[in-house]
Amino acid sequence: MGKRRSVYLSFLLGPGAFWLLMFFVIPSLLVVVYSFMERSSSGGVIWNFSLEAYTKLFAFDPDSLFVNDFVVIFLRSFWWAILTTVACLLIGYPLAFYIAQQKPFTRTVMLFMVMIPFWTNFLVRTYAWKFILNNNGLINTFLSELSLPRVPLINTPTAVLIGLVYGSLPFMVLPLYASIEKFDYTLVEAGQDLGANYFRIFTRVFLPLTMPGVAAGCILVFIPAVGQYVVPTILGGGKVSMLGNLLAQQFGAALNWPFGSAIAVIFMILLMAGVLIYFTVEREEEAI
Amino acid sequence: MTVQQAQEGSLSRPAVTDTHYPPQRAGSLLLTWGKRLLWVNMVFSFVFLYAPILVLVIFSFNNSRFAAKWEGFTFQWYGQLLTNEAIISAFWNSIIVAVSATLISTVLGTMTAIAMERFRFPFRKTYDGILYLPVIVPDIVMGISLLAFFALALDWINTALALPVDSALRPGLTTVIIAHVAFNISFVAIVVRTSLRDFNKALEEAAQDLGANEWITFRRITLPLIMPGILGGALLAFTLSLDDFVITFFTTGPGGTTLPIDVFSRIRRSISPEINAISTLMLLMSIVLVMASQSLQRRRD
Repeated sequence: MGKRRSVYLSFLLGPGAFWLLMFFVIPSLLVVVYSFMERSSSGGVIWNFSLEAYTKLFAFDPDSLFVNDFVVIFLRSFWWAILTTVACLLIGYPLAFYIAQQKPFTRTVMLFMVMIPFWTNFLVRTYAWKFILNNNGLINTFLSELSLPRVPLINTPTAVLIGLVYGSLPFMVLPLYASIEKFDYTLVEAGQDLGANYFRIFTRVFLPLTMPGVAAGCILVFIPAVGQYVVPTILGGGKVSMLGNLLAQQFGAALNWPFGSAIAVIFMILLMAGVLIYFTVEREEEAI
Repeated sequence: MTVQQAQEGSLSRPAVTDTHYPPQRAGSLLLTWGKRLLWVNMVFSFVFLYAPILVLVIFSFNNSRFAAKWEGFTFQWYGQLLTNEAIISAFWNSIIVAVSATLISTVLGTMTAIAMERFRFPFRKTYDGILYLPVIVPDIVMGISLLAFFALALDWINTALALPVDSALRPGLTTVIIAHVAFNISFVAIVVRTSLRDFNKALEEAAQDLGANEWITFRRITLPLIMPGILGGALLAFTLSLDDFVITFFTTGPGGTTLPIDVFSRIRRSISPEINAISTLMLLMSIVLVMASQSLQRRRD
């Protein structure tokens, strides 16, 4: 029996594990290795150990706003992802709360309406905003019909932020809804019987119990937002760039694979550290 | 009063014992305003989510080359799509990629899910973590690492087999399919594992007590019970594969243009009524997919 079970296990586990090892684990490790190699100007790397990529990433540039332009892009990407997450939370939490309170039919309809954008192609959703904000787009066409001057809307930080929030909102609402829906409202009554006001009930009972949804939603919004490539390319015109653009550029036109790899490595380290800190802080708050 | 009326009555005013609704107490001024704000936020959210999509759809019927100025109703942009060879071939490439990636990843993902839920083995916890990574790692990072990997691997194969330049292996649809399977296995495994966890293990044990071997137990008991989960996972894999732009962008090559790749290069240039028409069709496709996933969900419940 024991031997047969281990045969079954390797049959079940083997193919999937092989695929993940070959096409996920090894490529990820390869990027780490590449980041310590010399640049080959025709793409790829020269197999000599070098710290050039990392020294370039942290070299001080007096002309830049902060350390150097690469660090500025790092900071901008994380800052914008934070803004996006906060905006989604501020819109998404009350929305999920509202939906969870509706009668079953209304609730189903509204959830369905959140899910359609969730399943709609990201490019289509980003294009929708380009159509509105472009120089020959809806708003500017309308303005020129009224003989008013055109306003520059596309390729601005605002356009990128709108695109980021628009693309991420459903990813915040769905996990929030899932945890708010489970909430047991008799706890609110218990709080009222004990003399707590609505604010206290919300901060002491409701919020802590729906925290798993908040955590899931924030992670689902934050991580894709920092690494966004589509939104800053289409709504920022590449002029307002984020980490995604920088990575694509290094592996594309700039043909500096070690430098691109070093950016990816530092990016992943920061991301993992951020997620870890987030969960540690949250657990401590729960303990209090 | 019939039972139905009674039920309707309880729907419109939930009983106090129903834990699903907030208790209905005489609202203070603060509460009334809170409710109004919630309503305003809901309306704002749905307008925010839908207005851009609606505008997009409306202007796909606009009889004008100037994309954003309404000149009258037409179907011409849809007609032009059907004769646009680049778009038609990109569409079929997308279907080929999505169907192959879904088939492979559904089989591998389901097998992985069963191994994780029904077996104990060394490094199971570690593997569990690795299995979640493709879901968490940003697609751009996965894209560039696969780009680096395929460049190296194909180079090695071409050198080892001494293939001449014109018949050398290059990135294309195959590398895209491989990449899509790599991220889809995890998604399928997560969905199938939930359905494996949900059903009663006693059913499997009962079948084995009655003399069924492991294969028969799987075929007659486990598989039918987790089928909705497998289909749900497959549907998710299909959607993710069909919609993927970033990972495809970094793993594709000549002859491997999928619909999102084609659409991206058009969007990047400018806005046009043709893109509005393609977008509308893609939107319709996603509505069909949501409906399919919702009906699956209902069957699972």
